[in-house]
Amino acid sequence: MSQKVLLSEKEINIILHRLACQLLENHLDFKDTVLIGIQPRGIFVAERLTKILKEEYGVKEIKLGFLDITFYRDDFRRGDKTLEATKTKIDFLIEDKKVVLIDDVLYTGRSIRSALTAIQSFGRPSEIELLALIDRRFSRHLPIQPNYRGRQVDAINNEKVKVLWKENDGEDVIYLINK
Amino acid sequence: MAELSVKHLLGIKYLNENDIQLIFETADHFKEVINRSIKKVPSLRDITIANIFFENSTRTKLSFELAEKRLSADVINFSAAQSSVKKGETLIDTVNNILSMKVDMVVMRHPNPGAGIFLSKHVKASIVNAGDGAHEHPTQALLDSYSIREKLGDVAGKNVVIVGDILHSRVALSNIFALKLQGANVKVCGPKTLLPKHIESLGVTVETDLRKALNWCDVANMLRIQNERLDISYFPTTREYTQQFGVNKKLLNSLDKEIVIMHPGPINRGVEITSDVADSKQSIILNQVENGVAIRMAVIYLLASKIK
Repeated sequence: MSQKVLLSEKEINIILHRLACQLLENHLDFKDTVLIGIQPRGIFVAERLTKILKEEYGVKEIKLGFLDITFYRDDFRRGDKTLEATKTKIDFLIEDKKVVLIDDVLYTGRSIRSALTAIQSFGRPSEIELLALIDRRFSRHLPIQPNYRGRQVDAINNEKVKVLWKENDGEDVIYLINK
Repeated sequence: MAELSVKHLLGIKYLNENDIQLIFETADHFKEVINRSIKKVPSLRDITIANIFFENSTRTKLSFELAEKRLSADVINFSAAQSSVKKGETLIDTVNNILSMKVDMVVMRHPNPGAGIFLSKHVKASIVNAGDGAHEHPTQALLDSYSIREKLGDVAGKNVVIVGDILHSRVALSNIFALKLQGANVKVCGPKTLLPKHIESLGVTVETDLRKALNWCDVANMLRIQNERLDISYFPTTREYTQQFGVNKKLLNSLDKEIVIMHPGPINRGVEITSDVADSKQSIILNQVENGVAIRMAVIYLLASKIK
């Protein structure tokens, strides 16, 4: 197994700021927009973006929720292991809101398909966008593309993109791991 | 990742502590799901579950059916009263006939202790015991412990008294196993005739004075007198039972502390518990019912994920 640094802390920070600006451009005061981090790892991206938007761009209020997609996945009973759920926390209505789904790595698109189904349990949004920090090109199983992408990566199938965060893993770095 | 150590839920006796924690953590997520405006997830859309009830039940049957439907499983119901069991068919034949219609899981209530265990050895489906005679009622014990955990934060170290007919109660036995496994202290209280001999060997203490038991406990689980199971007279009159083992508001108010009141239902109001207690804020009886659906969703989800 070998690994190389795909993005350093500084690069991640620059990209997060760009993504925050792009969100700002489309949603301005975030009055009718909600950010939804996809569990388990999309929540870190969502939290960082929220922090930047609030502290550096003066957005007063951002509705941020976490969505667990475990019970909506299409591989239940297909693997060896029981799929373990994480917490869903959406304490606002999404009816008629613009929803931005946020995840760290967009790979096959199956998680996003699950998230699109799951989010319907909370109402009918006026539109849904997708933000992915890393977009793995050429590996999609479904016709799903992000509206906002941090970095596009050409990774082959036995490679893995691993995103680490200070608050969870001790450092901000993204690795490309060759298994 | 964690998974259950068992393929069937036949009794609490066959579970370990990790299983119980996994069921509770999974139930937390399902409790959030059933409080959404759309209370349904698609996980089990390719699973078929048969609810086979050889004994009457309203709450358990409804709770299981609701749990199955909220997981998107296909559900078929079967009650013995309208079936070929009456025509002399054996249990294995009945179930195998149902299974040949491609059923993946069987939820069964049966009047004979061990019916679930017997079935699990002879058929291929995953079995969930929804009560077998006076033996076990595992999902009830799980939802009871889950409700205690929700109300008091933890089950370990809590003092729980189970009051009533311990001798005929599957709820009592499953509760004793579940509570002991989680490190609670358990006391049983009731007329001597309704306390099994050697019950102490399960690690519980015995008390025949209700006031003493209530003063000791954090939680009192009041059981119903199951008149349908009492073949002989175990106490002189219902009125005398109520006087000695019934809980009323006056008794609760005279205790040193505020205890939590539980009841597995159905309640005989005015016998083991008065209405003002059942409907008081100390009672978590309706929380138990709500939690029952979440717990059964968790059990079915975790067992179904092991069906290959």
